[in-house]
Amino acid sequence: MNPLNAVFSARKNWVVPYVVFALLFVVLPLLLIVVYAFTDDAGHLTLANFGKFFDHPEAVNTFIYSIGIAIITTLGCVVLGYPAAWILSRSRSSYAQTLILLFILPMWVNVLIRTLATVALFDFCQLPLGEGALIFGMIYNFLPFMIFPIYNTLQKMDRSYIEAAEDLGANVTQVFWKVILPLSMPGVVSGVMMVFMPTVSTFAIAELLTMNNIKLFGTTMQENINNSMWNYGAALSLIMLFLIAATSLFSGDGKDSEKGGGLW
Amino acid sequence: MQSDNRPIIEIQQVSKSFGEKTALADINLSVKKGEFVTILGPSGCGKTTLLRLIAGFHDASSGTIRINGEEVTDTPPYRRPVNTVFQKYALFPHLNVFDNIAFGLKLKKLPKPETEKKVKAALKMVGMTDYEYRDVDSLSGGQQQRVAIARAIVNEPEVLLLDEPLAALDLKMRKDMQMELKEMHKRLGITFVYVTHDQEEALTLSDTIVVMSEGRVQQIGTPTDIYNEPVNAFVADFIGESNILNGTMVDDCRVVCCGHEFECVDKGFGKNIPVDVVIRPEDLYIFPVSDAAQLTGTVQSCIFKGVHYEMVVLCGRYEIMVQDYHAFEVGAEVGLLVKPFDIHIMRKERTCNTFEGKLKDTTHVEFLGCVFECRPVEGIPAGSPVTVEVDFDRVQLQDDADDGMLTGEVKFILYKGDHYHLTVWSDWDENVFVDTNDVWDDGDQVGITIPADAIRIRKP
Repeated sequence: MNPLNAVFSARKNWVVPYVVFALLFVVLPLLLIVVYAFTDDAGHLTLANFGKFFDHPEAVNTFIYSIGIAIITTLGCVVLGYPAAWILSRSRSSYAQTLILLFILPMWVNVLIRTLATVALFDFCQLPLGEGALIFGMIYNFLPFMIFPIYNTLQKMDRSYIEAAEDLGANVTQVFWKVILPLSMPGVVSGVMMVFMPTVSTFAIAELLTMNNIKLFGTTMQENINNSMWNYGAALSLIMLFLIAATSLFSGDGKDSEKGGGLW
Repeated sequence: MQSDNRPIIEIQQVSKSFGEKTALADINLSVKKGEFVTILGPSGCGKTTLLRLIAGFHDASSGTIRINGEEVTDTPPYRRPVNTVFQKYALFPHLNVFDNIAFGLKLKKLPKPETEKKVKAALKMVGMTDYEYRDVDSLSGGQQQRVAIARAIVNEPEVLLLDEPLAALDLKMRKDMQMELKEMHKRLGITFVYVTHDQEEALTLSDTIVVMSEGRVQQIGTPTDIYNEPVNAFVADFIGESNILNGTMVDDCRVVCCGHEFECVDKGFGKNIPVDVVIRPEDLYIFPVSDAAQLTGTVQSCIFKGVHYEMVVLCGRYEIMVQDYHAFEVGAEVGLLVKPFDIHIMRKERTCNTFEGKLKDTTHVEFLGCVFECRPVEGIPAGSPVTVEVDFDRVQLQDDADDGMLTGEVKFILYKGDHYHLTVWSDWDENVFVDTNDVWDDGDQVGITIPADAIRIRKP
């Protein structure tokens, strides 16, 4: 066997292209963000970038406001997505397939185009753009990411748990609160992660749906980086990364996460 | 005193269909208070469906179910005075052992100290003291089983329903749990309804066995009744090992079988009536050929089974299974003897296939959804309804389902010593019974052909 063949036949070698890709485009940029965040224009080590963030009430307020919007969006997605996932998981397979397709269909259209269409829709209905439109647009964009993980756990749930609860004297409401909801938590957590993380850093939707009137944290970062304030932008990014890492650690804490069920 | 004799479960004319498929047909069953009843049958016979009807997880298509004198046919499961031990336990993975067992008590809003006391007592009952705060996933199969039982009995149900609770355990564990269940039944004094496909388990545990097949109750009786006096070939074949042979009742207490006239103890069949003869392998005496032998033959095979040897003896053209503590070599000439009271006679359910049909013209008849050619019929006008009879051994089966005039699926195979008696479920939803020497398997798809000269036609 020639050496090239040997390289290809060892299955573990197939991972090499991806590892190279990940090193170049995931690990290296992350390291660069860290380096930029802790240095000044001249390349000297400094904490000034972080100091600047905490000294500016405007930046901190945007940060808190973004998190607030993200929380509202996530809650909205849970409230709307859970019943939808429940209905999907209980319906006959052919019917469910059609419904799932209906939920997926909008996701085939690019986010920006969808958001522009939302703007047009609001104009047509003569509804004002702004905070309400922003939340509507975010929920509309991220709802499928909440429905699918929940649908997955609900669908895989053994019916005998529900029967056992009924058998032990639980009525329909009690079965839901005491068995179905706790057992579907991995799906809910997974859905929350998938909605919360991108909503914190989003900026395009906010720009379009509020006519640039409301600034989210993502917008602040983008503006700084666009204006060549690389070091400050990197520090802001790092703060956000830290927040996201904290949420995922918090939710990945329980034993439920290892059972999967969600998308992660 | 009357209330004590009142049945705790009464099932009257209950049927259940799932779409087109009938799972249960006309079930009548009454269970006495405190009884240990086992519903026994092969997989797909409807036994679990029946249990789920009692628990309330399915609605009966027709008929009524009463528990403790109260009609519960349309009562949801959470309002029935029964609790279920599920086949795969169904312990809640998000709760620990204590919370699993306390689930039902908490729903009843029982005060905390009392709940705790009851949970502890239930755990003690199943031999799991000190396991309260364990995660259910960390328990072995047998331990999960015990927790599942504790979770059910802690609610003090009138009836405990058990759906093949031991199926997932290994043999040794199963035997131990059987004894424990029996002991538990005695101590609790409540009614147990137990579903299993394991006939030995049913014989060991039950006060009453309900044998089911194809959605119907075949026989209800005590374990000894069921074993010694099976009502039909299915029950005889399903419960324990048995030789089931064709015979003729020549007179009261005289039956001819395998070319020998045996003395037996059954009466009232009439003269020269074809019957099924059941002889349990352990009831046959086997010895070197002598004058005492009723049948003589050569040993075909001899297998050591632990306690006894299982031998197949070829007597003429009949293969007979014998169990004995002594082994006889393969090829040895042996004599067989059976005592009169060990011969069990069953009336044949049918002696030939009978179908309802319609005469198309003098040489064609329609039945089983097909038109068959037949010998010229006289005296019956075309288009009139007729009864068609076909002998078992004249029905031909083909490997390739497309070769037959109609198709069917082999559902039940009974070895009759020198041939197989097959029940074939035709695609016309009617059974065709076939005697054959060919070997078929359960579930085989076959083509069915009936030659013209095998069809007998008479007025209904």
